Amino acid sequence: MTAPQKIGMQTIAFQSPPVIISTGSVVGSREGDGPLAGTFDKVVADTYYGEKTWEKAEQRMMFDSMKKALQKANLQENDIDFMLAGDLLNQIISSTFTARSLGIPFLGLYGACSTMYESLAVGAMMIGGGFADRVLAGTSSHYCTAERQYRFPVEQGTQRPMTAQWTVTGAGSMILAKEGSGPVITHATIGRVIDMGQGDSQDMGAAMAPAAADTIARHFMDTGRTPEDYDLIITGDLATYGKRLTEELLKQKGYDISKRYTDCGILIYSGSQDVHAGGSGCGCSAVVTCGYLMELLNSERYRRILGIGTGALLSSCSLQQGETVPGIGHAVVIESLKERK
Amino acid sequence: MSGAAISEKQKQDYAKIVKQFKPAQRIWRNIFWAFIVGGFICLIGQFFINIFLSQGLSTKEANSAASSTLIFIAALLTGLGVYDEISRFGGAGGIVPITGFANSMVAPAMEYRAEGLIFGVGAKLFTIAGPVLVWGIFTAWAAAILYYFFK
Repeated sequence: MTAPQKIGMQTIAFQSPPVIISTGSVVGSREGDGPLAGTFDKVVADTYYGEKTWEKAEQRMMFDSMKKALQKANLQENDIDFMLAGDLLNQIISSTFTARSLGIPFLGLYGACSTMYESLAVGAMMIGGGFADRVLAGTSSHYCTAERQYRFPVEQGTQRPMTAQWTVTGAGSMILAKEGSGPVITHATIGRVIDMGQGDSQDMGAAMAPAAADTIARHFMDTGRTPEDYDLIITGDLATYGKRLTEELLKQKGYDISKRYTDCGILIYSGSQDVHAGGSGCGCSAVVTCGYLMELLNSERYRRILGIGTGALLSSCSLQQGETVPGIGHAVVIESLKERK
Repeated sequence: MSGAAISEKQKQDYAKIVKQFKPAQRIWRNIFWAFIVGGFICLIGQFFINIFLSQGLSTKEANSAASSTLIFIAALLTGLGVYDEISRFGGAGGIVPITGFANSMVAPAMEYRAEGLIFGVGAKLFTIAGPVLVWGIFTAWAAAILYYFFK
């Protein structure tokens, strides 16, 4: 017997779509100087956020974004059934330490920079399957914590190629609920890990683009939809060159998405901010989705969005041992159906 | 799309597309600014050497004193968050001179202070400079042996 809510090979179609009743977003100063500044709940100027270390600052950002989401929905911690979160730091400490403070039953997730969309997909399944009424999902990243873990000390002078990206400092959180008002999650397409043999750690867009293209094409096949069914198709953090590659790969598969396609990593900074190819990190798709995209959906400027969280599944160890960089992409369809019961 | 395995052919085809879409490295621009920035740092070094010579130090002493001064300035600029911008702009011009070496020592020292003085600063101080020292010393040693036998 087939699963009643699964269609095609990789897609879930929710029979009663979970509602995004609230979001919270906190960003750093560079993101606050960017074109989307007005869509975030809070901009933090200090990279330490008044804490002793950058890791603690990142935790505080995630904590604040979740508190903000709760506060906007007029809910308390004990109104939430489960919390789903992940981040880039070793053993996802930003998430676990935030869960320690909030005290909500917690499942840690890791999908690198695709974690926001991974947690949305899993959270929606928990609600759609009847296992929870309200789920809190979130993720975070911080330029300084990511730099020191994956690359060099922050004050180390280096020159980056134009394909390099800038890790977003920010945290985004959403509350999914069985009922309420707000945009709804109608579909989720779970991605496969795709490795096309790319190993350049300074060109993550090229490593992730095949996974994004694979998931998008699979989503169209599973649902029988076309790019024209969406007002916007948006990937998580492929940035300038990854976006072009995704368009090209999908063209080869027979889908032209170029007219309605953009990337969170391109939107979050302006060209004059010297971030090279664009933004990256868990926080990139999280804050753009929780801030900007929610605003577009809530104002009904866009009615249906296909968002694809993209992740590069590497570690500093795998990189040093000469492994290539596999990518993953998880797609979620968000529609602006208001006042659902 | 069936099956997960990706053939070598697919990987090669993709590598071609990636290459085609990759922006050209701005090599000439980078070389030019590396020359200007690196040259300027050397100019400052020479300026200090001249000062120390005029104050009565021997050439050898003046060289050492100038190096120490450059190291101090680079360390200070690293602490002020300026030196990484110089290297970002100047590339090798900021990394190769002795000031770049100072930067690669001070940056980890600042960074790993959060993990404590022993396992943080103590263990990680040479993360960037370490490989340079190890292979620099090894190369000097190998060259010395060759010199001993073939001079």
